[in-house]
Amino acid sequence: MFTPETEMEVADVIRSANNGLHVQGGGTRPIGVTNAQDVLSMRALSGIELYEPGALTLVAKAGTPISEINATLDEQGQMLAFEPIDHRVMLGTRGDPTIGGAVAGNVSGPRRITAGACRDFLLGVRFVDGRGRTLQNGGRVMKNVTGYDLVKLMAGSYGTLGAITEVSLKVLPKPETEATVFLTDVEPDQAVRVMSKAMNTPFDISGAFYGPFDRKETTKLCLRIEGRAISVKYRMDELMKLLSADGTPQVEADRDASQAIWADIRDMKMVSDAPFVARSSIRPSQATEFIQTQTRVCFARNYLDWAGGLVWTAASENDLAQNVTTAKDNAEALVLGAKRLIDATREAMSQYDGHTTLIKSPKDVRQTVQTFHPENDVVRSLAQNVRAEFDPRGILNPGLMD
Amino acid sequence: MEMPTPSAAVLSNKDRIVKRLMEVLPSDAVIYAEEETRAYECDALTAYKCPPLCAVLPSNTQEVADVLKICHEETVPVVPRGSGTSLAGGALPTADCVILGVARMNDVLETNYEDRIIRVQTGRTNLSVTGAVEEDGFFYAPDPSSQLACAIAGNIAMNSGGAHCLKYGVTTNNLLGVTMVLMDGTVTKIGGAHMDAAGLDLLGLICGSEGQLGVVTEATLRILPKPEGARPILLGFDSNVVAGACVSDIIKAGVLPVAIEFMDKLVIEVAENFSGAGYPKCEALLIVEVEGSDAEIDDQLAKITEIAKRHNPVELRQSTSAEESAMIWLGRKSAFGAVGQINDYMCLDGTIPVSALPYVLKRTGELADQYGLQVGNVFHAGDGNMHPLVLFDANKDGDLELAEALGADILRLCVEVGGCLTGEHGVGVEKRDLMVDQYKPDDLEIQMQIKDVFDPKWLLNPAKVFPLASSASRRQPTEIAAE
Repeated sequence: MFTPETEMEVADVIRSANNGLHVQGGGTRPIGVTNAQDVLSMRALSGIELYEPGALTLVAKAGTPISEINATLDEQGQMLAFEPIDHRVMLGTRGDPTIGGAVAGNVSGPRRITAGACRDFLLGVRFVDGRGRTLQNGGRVMKNVTGYDLVKLMAGSYGTLGAITEVSLKVLPKPETEATVFLTDVEPDQAVRVMSKAMNTPFDISGAFYGPFDRKETTKLCLRIEGRAISVKYRMDELMKLLSADGTPQVEADRDASQAIWADIRDMKMVSDAPFVARSSIRPSQATEFIQTQTRVCFARNYLDWAGGLVWTAASENDLAQNVTTAKDNAEALVLGAKRLIDATREAMSQYDGHTTLIKSPKDVRQTVQTFHPENDVVRSLAQNVRAEFDPRGILNPGLMD
Repeated sequence: MEMPTPSAAVLSNKDRIVKRLMEVLPSDAVIYAEEETRAYECDALTAYKCPPLCAVLPSNTQEVADVLKICHEETVPVVPRGSGTSLAGGALPTADCVILGVARMNDVLETNYEDRIIRVQTGRTNLSVTGAVEEDGFFYAPDPSSQLACAIAGNIAMNSGGAHCLKYGVTTNNLLGVTMVLMDGTVTKIGGAHMDAAGLDLLGLICGSEGQLGVVTEATLRILPKPEGARPILLGFDSNVVAGACVSDIIKAGVLPVAIEFMDKLVIEVAENFSGAGYPKCEALLIVEVEGSDAEIDDQLAKITEIAKRHNPVELRQSTSAEESAMIWLGRKSAFGAVGQINDYMCLDGTIPVSALPYVLKRTGELADQYGLQVGNVFHAGDGNMHPLVLFDANKDGDLELAEALGADILRLCVEVGGCLTGEHGVGVEKRDLMVDQYKPDDLEIQMQIKDVFDPKWLLNPAKVFPLASSASRRQPTEIAAE
């Protein structure tokens, strides 16, 4: 394991590397697999370098723990608005999630639906590419169209283009308070419609979640409102009136309790026991049909975030075993069942506008199934050629996104 | 402005190229007569002009693909053009280029309120995107001040912003998918109506690439429900420094207005004389706008008033009605036109960290004095996007060059304090040669490598974004091949 302490040392490691490097932040989000032999840990590049609350700007080295950033922002009543998921909950990993890791995975939570994704808050990056060049793009200002936008490209590139050394972020004021309006037992085929109705009001819904998509359990549809107290109260009341046609709306008006609800939704705590988790990005209006197509052929449990734009698919051991007819033992049943489920999910997705990423599954499945959704030939070829410009030797997280 | 030598081969093959283009387009969609191509000789940066070889006006993606395929085969440069409102010369032709105008492609292809999206052909104007969904209570958020005329194609190429991006973001934050034609005629979709990328975020790369990576023919845009209402407050201060401090305090206090606009003394006076908006005589004015229900607006404006009072404002006028709001905005909205009435001007677009505002305004004034020119300031203060207006006299010999030199110094100042050359207008030809002040050679090289991937022959929108010297080795093989 290489643990460079400066950007220059990162460049040295990459330049002199003969083997593939697995670029790693806190190591809490092992999504996908690389065939890298060595680990390049960015953890030692840590620390907040600049924070100007009046300019809503924070610059930090890539290995800075998110907990440290949150604590610093909290003192000034500000926050990372893209609400990064803490993957430790779902994946059972240990360690400290880093800001560089969140950026590399474009990790965004429920607030993505209105506030934007991690990539939307990323103002600038510094990174070392596969050639060992230290590069920068963007900066620390909120509007910047000077040259091509490699900032967005780096967000979500999972370390395949370069090892991110420093990020510059736009932060936002923390809402004074929040509340959650919820409905129980909304029929699955009505969920998107009801969430959409709420989203299409001017009430600035900052979270819209429904699940599980399974009639055997009590379903819950949650809508979050954030802002100044007087405003939250007003919008809460308006929303209750609006939703009274769809059931009996209830409200969690206590800020801490509402925050706890959304922390669990962000981290998908309800599927933390499941051996299989995938996430699909889709048009909300197609989400219901997509799930129905998938669950016609496979056992799984689905949840909707982003008002239907994000589908979380989880499966228990029992679900997975039921997805295969013959297997020589229980372990093989889980593997085959998981393969069957991800294939069926992508098969269902092929009829719609979107894609599915495998987040969690038995190890044997991760090694044989593509983590990221296959793209059309033109896009795949463009992406491969872009990667080859950044990393011609193919040493950064090799195999992860190919 | 230095431009590459036009390809002699292309110029001498004009007849054949035009003939081939007419085979794939309706005859009225190919403009080749010299007196008619002149209409495309410049964009809104009128200081530079050059009629193109010809101009084409395709009506759909297939026609765009056909045109690009021919140009690729003939090694003809192509300059994509939205509505030609670029202030940076983003659509400036070369003598050997085909102008590809998307003006005829202005259909709405789909609106879907459950997905909160609209899919349009990219020749559609920014304002008419909102126009298509307004009656149903929605709007498209990015609002560049040219929104009546500017096309979505140009908005995507330049990643355009507007006054309200403090809350709603710029084009890239509101763009979900595109249909794009590569220089060789390949048509592809990138993104869609869903919210994130399957693999690398190529969509993020395309937005803001100034038409150099491909021609975007269709776009899926995020639309939002209209707020219940919006009202501004007008704040006057007797110094720029105090106004700057007030902006910072408002942001720090956790209020997030949709817009914070700033005007300095010169612009206040000119705008007032022009519009009669009732602006006070003072050094600096802020217009701060917030949204919500009436009660929500009152609550936020009360908070802003409380903060502003700590800075001893000389004017504090809170709008209580639509009429009063319109009056407050009137001067700001007519500021550019008003300045244009009394003078020629160059509008710059550097962005700076908000904390550097007082220093940059002071230093800009000093630089202007050194050059013996006047500079007015009107800009989006919430996000640090400056719009210094450098006044000059186009009829006076050497004045334009002097203004350009001052402009370049002001932009270097923006970079020096941690900002950038352009916040929303783009690099185009105007700031091409200043790129070396912002980027190290390797940082420019990686951007040019991206261009290599999408457009290996370097035919799309030539001579923009990169300094000619930096891109010479990449462009020359093409020029030689064409000869």
